[in-house]
Amino acid sequence: MTITTIFQILISSMLIYATPLIFTSLGGTFSERSGIVNVGLEGIMIMGAFSSVVFNLTFAGTFGKATPWIALLFAGVIGLIFSLLHAVATINFRADHIISGTVINLMAPALAVFLVKVFYGKGQTDNIQQSFGYWDFPLLNKIPVIGKIFFKQTSLIGYVAILVSFIAWFILFKTRFGLRLRSVGEHPQAADTLGINVYLMRYSGVMISGVLGGIGGAVFAQQISVNFSGSTIAGQGFIAMAAMIFGKWNPIGAMLASLFFGLSQSLSVVGTQIPVISSIPSVYLQIAPYVLTILVLAIFFGKSTGPKANGINYIKSK
Amino acid sequence: MKNLSIRKGMVPIIAVVAGFLLGAIIMLIFGYNPIWGYEDLLSQAFGNSKSIGEIFRSMGPLILTGLSFAVAMRAGMINIGMSGQALAGWISSVWFALSFPDMPRVFMIPLVIIIGAAWGAIMAAIPGILKAFWGTSEVIVTIMMNYIILLISTYLVHYGFNQKLMASKDSTIQVGANATFRNSFLTSITNNSRLNIGIFIAIIAIIIVAIIFKRTTLGFEIRAVGLNPNASESSGISSKRTIIISMLMAGGLAGLGGVVEGLGTFQNFFVQYSSLSIGFDGMAVALLGENSPIGILLAAFLFSILKVGAPGMNVTGIPAEIVNVVIASIIFFVGIKFVIEKILPQLPKKVAKKEGEN
Repeated sequence: MTITTIFQILISSMLIYATPLIFTSLGGTFSERSGIVNVGLEGIMIMGAFSSVVFNLTFAGTFGKATPWIALLFAGVIGLIFSLLHAVATINFRADHIISGTVINLMAPALAVFLVKVFYGKGQTDNIQQSFGYWDFPLLNKIPVIGKIFFKQTSLIGYVAILVSFIAWFILFKTRFGLRLRSVGEHPQAADTLGINVYLMRYSGVMISGVLGGIGGAVFAQQISVNFSGSTIAGQGFIAMAAMIFGKWNPIGAMLASLFFGLSQSLSVVGTQIPVISSIPSVYLQIAPYVLTILVLAIFFGKSTGPKANGINYIKSK
Repeated sequence: MKNLSIRKGMVPIIAVVAGFLLGAIIMLIFGYNPIWGYEDLLSQAFGNSKSIGEIFRSMGPLILTGLSFAVAMRAGMINIGMSGQALAGWISSVWFALSFPDMPRVFMIPLVIIIGAAWGAIMAAIPGILKAFWGTSEVIVTIMMNYIILLISTYLVHYGFNQKLMASKDSTIQVGANATFRNSFLTSITNNSRLNIGIFIAIIAIIIVAIIFKRTTLGFEIRAVGLNPNASESSGISSKRTIIISMLMAGGLAGLGGVVEGLGTFQNFFVQYSSLSIGFDGMAVALLGENSPIGILLAAFLFSILKVGAPGMNVTGIPAEIVNVVIASIIFFVGIKFVIEKILPQLPKKVAKKEGEN
């Protein structure tokens, strides 16, 4: 096995495993920047994965190769609708964010498996026919060495995710909407005095997290698992949350952390093909994202982490 | 004020009713008859002595993980790590039981309880210490710990256990008669259900926790820190120490839940592919029971009926997962109790407003 082949396997599998994490962690960033803690990302991903697989199985004949991409949008819409549950509970009904998020996580697998059984009469769907598969960038893949490593047999949606993270950074830090969103997460009273609609901004944050979390789940389902069952999404939502924290609530940081966690996840899967790495017990690679998150949180961040009003309900005084 | 406490007491009842209604609506939407569904659920749950035994069997771990969440919550900590802590208790107790197959039962039972509770406590101490000294969010640390413990437990099953103790690649052999929590009397009166001494351990735990919080200085300190860590600190209570102690207690209880699940329900350990359900179900039990010992007992009873009765719904073709939808909805309604308290009629306005502000 040549060095370039090893790098190609590593890079492409890293991208494949990182993509769902990138989308979902970006979603989490928007939600938490607006002041709503979202531990329900896992549940939103489950709904996204479920709806994309149902869409894909139903419409693969109609849309052909475009099916997974349209299914992404569909999953985004379902994720949005599902996230409204969290938004209403925390923003209007003053529920504790952790409890509401846990309800999302309890509700999603139950509802999704219930619906799978209603639709298909069994607990696990068939495999989808149209998955994302591999992608060769035209022209770029002809570049020697680099072309092979980065642009051949790779994941197009992975590059889209990286692009989206830059767009998300631009929206959060360079637009008026982003400033307002961040301000309600830092000091909602002050933002309210300045005429910013706190509830609207927080709704936007949660709804964006619903869309991106749904897309994240859909990417996982259509790229990695290629079917849906109760155990399709097992912890990815929480790793995405870890990536968001690791990336210090910054979209670019979240993306880089997702790539890193994607690498450690993929190494535990493809590592057996690669010398040196195959000698490391896979358990170390599997627990790495979680251990690192705890260490980073404890050692580097301390108390002053995240948006100031994150997790605190804003009650408008009359 | 009397009115207020009645209203508070109504919240769980209304939440349960609303949860069942929502489940019924979902069943109606997909063309099932909810009355038949719930009827099948109840007749499965109470139909024979075996399933009644299963209800009490299921209550044991749920009470223990519910108490675990409640104890941490009293100190102001949100312990989401019960599934990991229970897993640590489960695997360590099974390992110990299998390693000493000849130890007499009188020594074995107390020892597995201590070992399982200790491992649960150690796992909970990590987020407790991090919170106490560095202010690290216990929510995130416990979530991460759940996955770390889950993955390590799988690794231990595959590489850590002696091959002689393994029944297959993914599961250990059953523990011996000296360590099982089942006993022939309980088994025979419930027609071979998996009922075991776990439910009695859980009830003893309820009593001990209730005494600690009602009668001891420690319980008072934990509640004080939960209400206001700064005020308690300035009146001489070490909030660091109290937070760590409450997490040790919480972890011990969850670990004990794992021991009961391991040596009572399954009697071996096998590879787990996702977080233990008793963890999050315990959280649901504590939330519905409003963290009170009696509330937890009643909530565990309700959820056990639902869990044991669920397969009965398959008779009319209703997927049993609807029960988990109902449980999640109940917790949702408990979570938005502000709204429920507000819409409850005949309240003096002042009280309602006070409620809304805290």
